[in-house]
Formats: sequence, C-alpha cells, structure tokens
Amino acid sequence: MLNLFINSVFIENMVFAYFFGMCSYIAVSKSVKTALGLGAAVTFVQVMTVPLNYLLNEYVLAPNALAEGVDLSFLSFILFIAVIAAFVQLVEMIVEKFAPALYNQLGIFLPLIAVNCAIMGGSLFMQQMVGTEINSVGDSIVYGLGSGIGWWLAIVMMAAIREKIEYSHVPAAMKGPGIAFIITGLMGMAFMIFSGIQL
Amino acid sequence: MKLSKNFTNPLAANNPVIVQILGICSALAVTVKLEPAFVMGLSVTFVCAFSNLFMSLLRKGVPSRIRIIVQLVVIATLVIVVDQFLRAYMYDVSKQLSVYVGLIITNCIVMGRVEAFALGNKPWDSFVDGVANGLGYAFILVLVAFFRELFGSGELFGFTILGDWYTPNALMLFPPMALIIIGCIIWVHRSINKDLQEK
Repeated sequence: MLNLFINSVFIENMVFAYFFGMCSYIAVSKSVKTALGLGAAVTFVQVMTVPLNYLLNEYVLAPNALAEGVDLSFLSFILFIAVIAAFVQLVEMIVEKFAPALYNQLGIFLPLIAVNCAIMGGSLFMQQMVGTEINSVGDSIVYGLGSGIGWWLAIVMMAAIREKIEYSHVPAAMKGPGIAFIITGLMGMAFMIFSGIQL
Repeated sequence: MKLSKNFTNPLAANNPVIVQILGICSALAVTVKLEPAFVMGLSVTFVCAFSNLFMSLLRKGVPSRIRIIVQLVVIATLVIVVDQFLRAYMYDVSKQLSVYVGLIITNCIVMGRVEAFALGNKPWDSFVDGVANGLGYAFILVLVAFFRELFGSGELFGFTILGDWYTPNALMLFPPMALIIIGCIIWVHRSINKDLQEK
C-alpha cells in the first residue's frame, strides 16, 4: 500500500507523467494561495470519487458483476462522469451551506473540478489497475489520496515558481503559458529521478 | 463569409490548444507516435462536432440549471460510440490510447465550445465550429507527434525516415519533451502573432 501511495504521488504523478488536469494546472497556478485551495479541493474529490467508482466498477460494471453473463463495462465512462458530477454538486451544496467562507474562497473552482481530467483520469486508471495493484476499497482510497496529493504538490510548486518568475526577463512571446509549459517539462524531468523506486 | 471565418479562425489565429490553452490534458500523452495522435485528433473532432450539433438542437429545450449534466450525458454517449468503434476496428490504436479516449469527456475544448458557441447559435454554424476546433486540436497534436516520432525513433507513421546514421533521442519519447515542444510552438506562434503576447 505504501508502495502504491509513493508510486501515485511521485512516480506516476498525474501532471508530470500523464498530463492530467493540465488546463486548470496552467490557468490557476498564478498564485500559491489559490493553488493550495484548488489542490485541496481536487484531493478531497479524488479521495471520495475513486472509491465510489471502485465500488461501482466492482458491483455493477465488471463482467458478471450484476448478473451472470452481463458485461456493462462499456457504460463506465457515462457512469463515472455522472458520479463525479453529482459528487461535485453535492460538495458544492454542503460547503455553501456549512462553510460559506470556504465557499467564497473556492467558489469558482468547485464546479470546475467536475471537468478536471485528473478526477476522471484517476477513476479510469483505477479501473485499469483493478486486479493488479488495487484489490480492495482501501487500496482505491490510497490511490485516490496519492494521485490527488501528487496533483496538489505539482500545482503548488508550479505556482511558487511562477510567482518568482514574475521578476525575471522572459522573452515577450514566451510570457504566460509558453514558459509555464517549459517549466513543467523541466519539473517533469526532475520527477523522472523517482522512477524505479520500490518500497 | 462568416461561416468560413468561423472555420479558419480556430485553425490558426485562435487555436484552442496553443492560444486558449484548452484540452492539453489528453493532448500530450498520445503524441509519442503519429498514428495515435492522428486517430485521437479525429476522435475529438467527431465528438466536438456532434456534441455541438446536438446541444445546439437541444438549446431551447434544456433549462440552463441542468445544462451541464445534459452536456455531459451527450458528450459521454458520443465518446462511448467512438471508444466502441476504435475497439472494434482499430484495436491496436485503441490499446495505445488507453484511458485517453475516455478523457475526451473531460476535454475542455468539447465542453468549452458547447458552452461558448453551441448554446447560442444555429445547428449548422455550431457543427462547423465544432469541426474547426477539433481540427485545430488535431493539427497541434500531429505537429507535436511529428517532432517526437521523427527525432525520438527516426520514423514517421512507423516507416523509417532517418537511417542508421541517426541515433534516436530517447528523451523525445518521455512525457516532459511533449510539454517543451508545446512551449516552443507557443513561442513561435506568439512571435508571429504579436497581439497575443502578454504585457
């Protein structure tokens, strides 16, 4: 389990190895504070939706799960996205009701999480790993947590670098997204040193 | 004339990937070779065009409060069609694309075009807009894949182009290089279109 956790945070990092959640990663990494908020929200949603989708996969979608000879795995896209969208909506309503201050801070980002590829990608990868690395609900929670934290780490580091780079002389045409992509590429190369670590 | 402008605009001046920074999530991982990049580009074009068409047809009947979930259902259905088609007729490519086909659902270009264009325009205009944005995405994908396959393995579409004298640069096949190539494309593009540069 520890191996799965380390693997999902560092080696198979959502951003650097699979490019998941790049859209909001580039758009929202301008200040560390908002990056921290969005990262926390993504990690939370990830921890909840991956196990939910794991159960859904185990008891409804997998071949012979619902009834003998019934294979519903072609429905997994639509069911996963429905679970994610419904869950994000639920979180939004709960946060709005019980923690209005937090809601105002995260306001715009919460609904955006539904279309964050990292969430959907986490569930789809979980589905692929069933039977090899993920064999129980506990494993799926660990994987959700690890991949969420990996994304969180990436966006906060990126935001910190971008806050500093404001003061450097970047070629005019590279400012903004151009330099952000190159930095991410270099960070990805740095993260490659973790590959092959086994615990 | 408006129609042709709608068509050519997303291909270069207002490209969804390098100008609006949308849809990067699934864009970069499939660019190791030209063939999957090509198939992925066409799949996104298909989904984008038809989701635009259907949402434009439905735009008067769907209350705006539930439109997101309706959009997700329409898009997810189209993606399932694409996925099943690829599995049936192009099994090897579909294995290479793995979860990234499913991630077309959360591709910001598809959602973005439906929200920004299809909900306020006639079906035919929306269809053309979807095709054009999909092709703009496909163009960048193929461009990145061209460099990565040519320098990473000395081949194009699996045929050897650079002979024995060329030592393939394996670094091009790793994820970080995709980001750096995209960064360079943005650099060139913004050097030509100076109005896009950030101050």
